[in-house]
Amino acid sequence: MARFSFFGEALPEIDLEELKGKLIVLEGTDGVGRSTHIGLLKQWLENHGHAVLDTGMTRSALAGKRLKQAKEGHTLGGITMSLFYATDLADRLENEIIPALRAGFIVLTDRYIYSLMARAIVRGADPEWLREVYGFALKPDAIFYLRVGIDELVTRVLQSTGFEYWESGMDLHMGEDMYESFVRYQKWLLAEFDKMVEVYGFQPIDASGSVEEVFNELRDRVDAVVARNGD
Amino acid sequence: MAGGMKMYGKHRFPGRLFIVEGIDGSGKSTQLLLLKKWLESEGYVVYFSEWNSSPLVQDVTKRGKKKKMFTPMTFSLIHATDFADRTEHHIIPPLKAGAVVLADRYIYTAFARDVVRGVSPKWVRDLYAFAVKPTVAFYFRTPLNVAMKRILGGRDAIKYYEAGMDLGLSDDIEQSFGLFQGRIIEEYEKMVAEFGLVAIDATRSIEEQQADVRRIVSEALAGTKKTKVRRWLDLASLAKRSQK
Repeated sequence: MARFSFFGEALPEIDLEELKGKLIVLEGTDGVGRSTHIGLLKQWLENHGHAVLDTGMTRSALAGKRLKQAKEGHTLGGITMSLFYATDLADRLENEIIPALRAGFIVLTDRYIYSLMARAIVRGADPEWLREVYGFALKPDAIFYLRVGIDELVTRVLQSTGFEYWESGMDLHMGEDMYESFVRYQKWLLAEFDKMVEVYGFQPIDASGSVEEVFNELRDRVDAVVARNGD
Repeated sequence: MAGGMKMYGKHRFPGRLFIVEGIDGSGKSTQLLLLKKWLESEGYVVYFSEWNSSPLVQDVTKRGKKKKMFTPMTFSLIHATDFADRTEHHIIPPLKAGAVVLADRYIYTAFARDVVRGVSPKWVRDLYAFAVKPTVAFYFRTPLNVAMKRILGGRDAIKYYEAGMDLGLSDDIEQSFGLFQGRIIEEYEKMVAEFGLVAIDATRSIEEQQADVRRIVSEALAGTKKTKVRRWLDLASLAKRSQK
């Protein structure tokens, strides 16, 4: 029996039996500390002798650069943007993630189909349609959902980069200024993520503590996934 | 996408959408051009949706093709992205404005090509569920040998993906092209019933085919907006000039 499966319709020419590694997803809203923890996990796993591939949105060789530019221009419509992201993910899945899993790597991905679906749903896309489109994605071994409340999120964003156009959902015209828009947009995203916890089996992690506290919990849970064999 | 996402067959616009499909060398573009001339002379507001869209998406497609970076899946997805951009910017707005929109190739091209490349027929149909259902979709039915003669005579060299070279059917590009197009025809034939494509026998004379096309189109045009002044695109360019 293959360990892996697809959500829906399979990618052509992929033999699931060959995939040996682990696919671990970190999800959560903007500013919750996903990339910090991916960096720490990678180091820790490598110290323990595991080969690690870390990947994330807009990093594909095919579409990554252009997708970033498209976001700067704010010219693409909602469906177009969703599909552009899907292209980016498919390219990384076929050319990075699957080859790494075949070679027995642990793949850490900063966001996966869940963020893409949440953002698109908030922008009016049909959830059923999104599920069909992302049917080509591999089901991960674990999805860790880093979660903080909206007040904490606002504080963190102010302390780091400040409010940014997309993270504030400015394209949705939801508030008079970036702060108001940010709060409404991120609350909405949180609600979408919370709905996914049961549907997709997210493991929620309270990310309001110190980096060390959060990392310790995350590390123990990742350790359990890595140690799990042959299931 | 504000206001929710409408699915295939669910859009309600005052305009009309006519599209042409068929393999390379079927003569569909010639027929569409003749249709456009006629509609304009009849005073309809015609909007021609070209198969190019946002330069950003186009760049990825071009670069990916040049560097042979595509898998069947990413080939399918980038074309869907491109098509979504066209739909959101060049098909829905003119249809809302009551124009007659003409498109050379539509979602059925993707269904045929992607399925031949091994993508799931159901998945690719779901992928394009956001597309506006055409008022009439013409399929120019051409036997392979007829199309091949038209193509292989005076024309630029066939390109890698166009010939389906990525499928590894043959090392010879012309032979690969023939095998690939043969499979595309099989997919089109399946879609005639599935999507109610209106098949036109493309081995007949250009005039005969055009007469059929115009007859079918005119039946579907009842109640469509006409302009007695000028085409709106001309008006737009006039307006621009007068601002200078």
